[in-house]
Amino acid sequence: MIRVSQLTKRYGAVLAVDNISFEIEKGGIVGILGPNGAGKTSTIRILTCYHPATSGSVHIAGLDVFKESIEVRRRIGYLPESTPLYPEMRVREYLQFRGKLRGLTFSERAAAIKRASERCWLGEFINRPIGQLSKGMKQRVGLADAIMHNPDVLILDEPTVGLDPTQIRETRNLIEELGQEHTVLLSSHILHEVEQVCTRTIIIAGGQIVASGSPKELRDKFSGQGKIVAEVQAPKDDVEKSVRAISGVHDVEVSSDNGWVKVSIDSQPETDVREDIFKLASAKGWSLREIRRDGATLEDFFIKVTAQQRLKSV
Amino acid sequence: MQNIATMARRELGAFFLSPIAYAVNAIFLFTIGLAFALGTFKSGAEASLRDTLDFWMILILVFVLPMLCMRLMSEEFRSGTIETLMTAPVTESEVIFGKFFGALGFYFVLLATVLVFPIILASFGPIDLKLLLCHYIGMILVGALYIAVSLFFSTLTRHQVIAVLFSFALLALMTFASHALATQLEGWPRVVLQQISIRTHYHDFVRGMLDMNHCVFFITTTGFFLFLSVKLLEVRRWQ
Repeated sequence: MIRVSQLTKRYGAVLAVDNISFEIEKGGIVGILGPNGAGKTSTIRILTCYHPATSGSVHIAGLDVFKESIEVRRRIGYLPESTPLYPEMRVREYLQFRGKLRGLTFSERAAAIKRASERCWLGEFINRPIGQLSKGMKQRVGLADAIMHNPDVLILDEPTVGLDPTQIRETRNLIEELGQEHTVLLSSHILHEVEQVCTRTIIIAGGQIVASGSPKELRDKFSGQGKIVAEVQAPKDDVEKSVRAISGVHDVEVSSDNGWVKVSIDSQPETDVREDIFKLASAKGWSLREIRRDGATLEDFFIKVTAQQRLKSV
Repeated sequence: MQNIATMARRELGAFFLSPIAYAVNAIFLFTIGLAFALGTFKSGAEASLRDTLDFWMILILVFVLPMLCMRLMSEEFRSGTIETLMTAPVTESEVIFGKFFGALGFYFVLLATVLVFPIILASFGPIDLKLLLCHYIGMILVGALYIAVSLFFSTLTRHQVIAVLFSFALLALMTFASHALATQLEGWPRVVLQQISIRTHYHDFVRGMLDMNHCVFFITTTGFFLFLSVKLLEVRRWQ
């Protein structure tokens, strides 16, 4: 559905997007994740035909975004980061205007506005001036505008920024629903959001793709470095010395808390030392009150790969 | 064409919902009304709008139209709505022409309110309808050019104040400075300045002369500034 090939974007001397390539199949929700200034918005603006690329090509539904820009724009729904709207217009007027620009006929517009306003819970606000709406309501209007013409591809740039927790949950649920019918490209720097709603994640840092895969795949890549944490009642030095002696253990951190010793263990990726810890505690007669694996999160992975990218660019 | 009409309707609607447009409209009606009352509407004077239109009308329009049009594109850039607009299936020329015709529509409303002056004059003496038509053609052509110039400067910057100041400067230069300078000079500089002077071209409409040379001047100059606006909008996408 989306094919990006060797895409580069420069703003004067600043290299915003550096030779990135990726493909997105039809259906599902794909998250573009990256720190601020990573090149997410620049990539999205090229995909939505707002800015031309410096080099490389982008095809959406088989159409070149540069050569067949108008046709591409008919097939995408776009919600920009700040949800810019005309405050003097009423919600219905605005949706009418956008529907006309997209070439919908009178009856198509009426049906599209009804459908989009129901999905985005705009019912009671449909005749209100946009300028009087809250940030969350404006976000819904922007989303209704993006989906009203039933586009093949939905591109949402930071769709939950500035919303309250209830609105964030509602918006995420809506995005998940939309992902069943459309190909959704979701840009965010909120890791939890991407982890929760996306079927695939592309991590961008320094204008380059540094990782790509499902959130689970990315976590698994990193989970080998997840830690084993145990809490035992025993002499601190003895714990440290004994745990270090277990085969496969890389590093050990020990701290005391109210007579209990908390030991944090880094081990080799394929090794699970939990059984060895249990046997050690049993053999030494230590009281063991907890043993668990601290699984790696997407956040851990994200911090690691973006830090590596920063080091490379220095 | 459909998109131009859609854009123009939205723009026209935005004018009617803008408090600034109403304030500028009020200023326009007050000042042109004052010029009419003090200059034309007096005992023994000719039942004609010639005095009011020849100088006062274009002087007021030099200030009023840039103030009305300063937000046309600048506001889109400032608020970010340009991003949603240019990611919809609409071309740069459709946006510019839509905005232009929307502003022209509002200008027609302004001109319609000025019709009250010939109606008042008609109660005192016969009105030459052909002359009145000629006046209106002149005012429409001048207004269209002023709107195109203001739209160009509005496309140039996201700051409305800068757009309006540049528009004032260029329109004052093209309307009055070139006309005044032309009277001081001889030979080809005089001819050149007269040819680029809006007031010189407009003057014949006020006198009741419908000269195609003047029509061509206004239409081509308006087209030129609209063309520049389209190109400027295209260039902004590459920046």
